[in-house]
Formats: sequence, C-alpha cells, structure tokens
Amino acid sequence: MQAVANDVFRALADPTRRALFEELTRQGEQTVHALTRYACVSQPAVSKHLTVLKRAKLVRHRREGRETHYRAQPDALTPIVDWLDHYGAFWRDRFDRLESLLERMDP
Amino acid sequence: MSNAPEGTRTLVIERTFQHSAEKIWRALTQGPLMEEWLMKNDFKPVVGHRFQFRAMPVANWNGIIDCEVLVVEPQARLSYTWGTLGVGSAVQWTLTPEKGGTHLRMEHSGFGPGQDANYNGAKYGWQKFIGNLERVVGEME
Repeated sequence: MQAVANDVFRALADPTRRALFEELTRQGEQTVHALTRYACVSQPAVSKHLTVLKRAKLVRHRREGRETHYRAQPDALTPIVDWLDHYGAFWRDRFDRLESLLERMDP
Repeated sequence: MSNAPEGTRTLVIERTFQHSAEKIWRALTQGPLMEEWLMKNDFKPVVGHRFQFRAMPVANWNGIIDCEVLVVEPQARLSYTWGTLGVGSAVQWTLTPEKGGTHLRMEHSGFGPGQDANYNGAKYGWQKFIGNLERVVGEME
C-alpha cells in the first residue's frame, strides 16, 4: 500500500464524500449544483468534499460556462481492492498457520 | 477508540477448529505463540496496552503495525487496533465453543471508528459501499 491508497481511504472514510462518489458512479457526470441538491449540504461544503475526492483522483472535473461538471474515476479504487485482496490472503494464510500451531501445542 | 461498529466490517474469516477455546486463546494471546503463527510482537492481554507487530520490512513498508488492546474477555473475545501506513483499522477475535471444537471468527474492519466521528452514524455503511465497489469494479473490467 502506498500513499495513494491512504488518500483513497481517507477520502472515502467520510460518509458525505462516499455518497457523492457513489452518486457519480450511478449517474455519470453531474454539476456541482446537482450534487449539492443530492447531498443536502451547502455548496461550499460540497466543493470542499469534491476537492478531497479530486486529490485522491476519485473524481475529475471540467468547466463549461459557469458550471463545473464532475465525473467518477473508478480506476482510483484499485488500491482498496488490492488492500482487501492483500488482507484476505494474509489472514487466510495466518489461519492455516494457527491451525498447524494448534496441532503442535500441548492440549 | 471503541469496537468497530456493525456497518464497518470489511473482512471476516471464520473457521472451526477441533481444539478447546482455552487452547486457542493461548495461541491468540501468548506472545511467543502469536509469533509462531502471526508475527513478532510485544503483546500483553491488558486493555489499553500498546504494542507492535513486526513483519519483515518490504519496499514501501517498514513492516511495523501499531496496535492497542481494546477488549480482553478470556476465551471469548479479543480485539486490538491495527494501524499501519497511516491507515487505522481494528481486528476482533470471537471464540464460540461448538460440539467437539471451537468456532473462531476474525473481523478486520478497514477504518478505525476514531478516524471519523460521523462514521458510526453513517447512512452509507462500509458494507454497502463494498457491495457498490464490487459492482463498480465489475463494470470496469
């Protein structure tokens, strides 16, 4: 796990940001206004959350006239998937080692 | 830090062993035995005790996991935080006696609840997020 994974984890540890990200994966590209209506928090708050998501490369934005449009970048989730794979393999291996230790231990 | 709340589970591994809870508890809580199957450690079964697991360092990781004991209920429940690379998480062990053996359940939750005060009441639980995550990743491929 590298620094980028930590950015992704931190970005998605917040429920509002997770909701915004999920909404973008469901609906495709959305304006900041649409996201503000969806999230039921103030627009500055939404913009702040979007900045954190952007830093983690979970979303991209483009300007069109006075509107800023955001879209999800699901590729950025790869570090989390790797993390789950990593720990899944890790703990299964440790369970095997625990089992063989139990066999060797005094009753 | 408290125990990981329901919605934050990320990884659950369960297995039934043909051994007593007392014996499994020893393997889970005695440092030298833990080292044999898990990692080098300075663990003590005392709530609030801070300790480290030390694995072989690899590229981008010093091999150190910083932990704090959260729960010690002999032969029933054990929990500690699990912090490494700036990401906090928690590991919880639950032992349940079964006919002829003991059921052991390990839950490793991805985010320490202390990292986000709002997280406990989160409308979008981690479990649900993982479901969506799998869907998103599925669509990627």
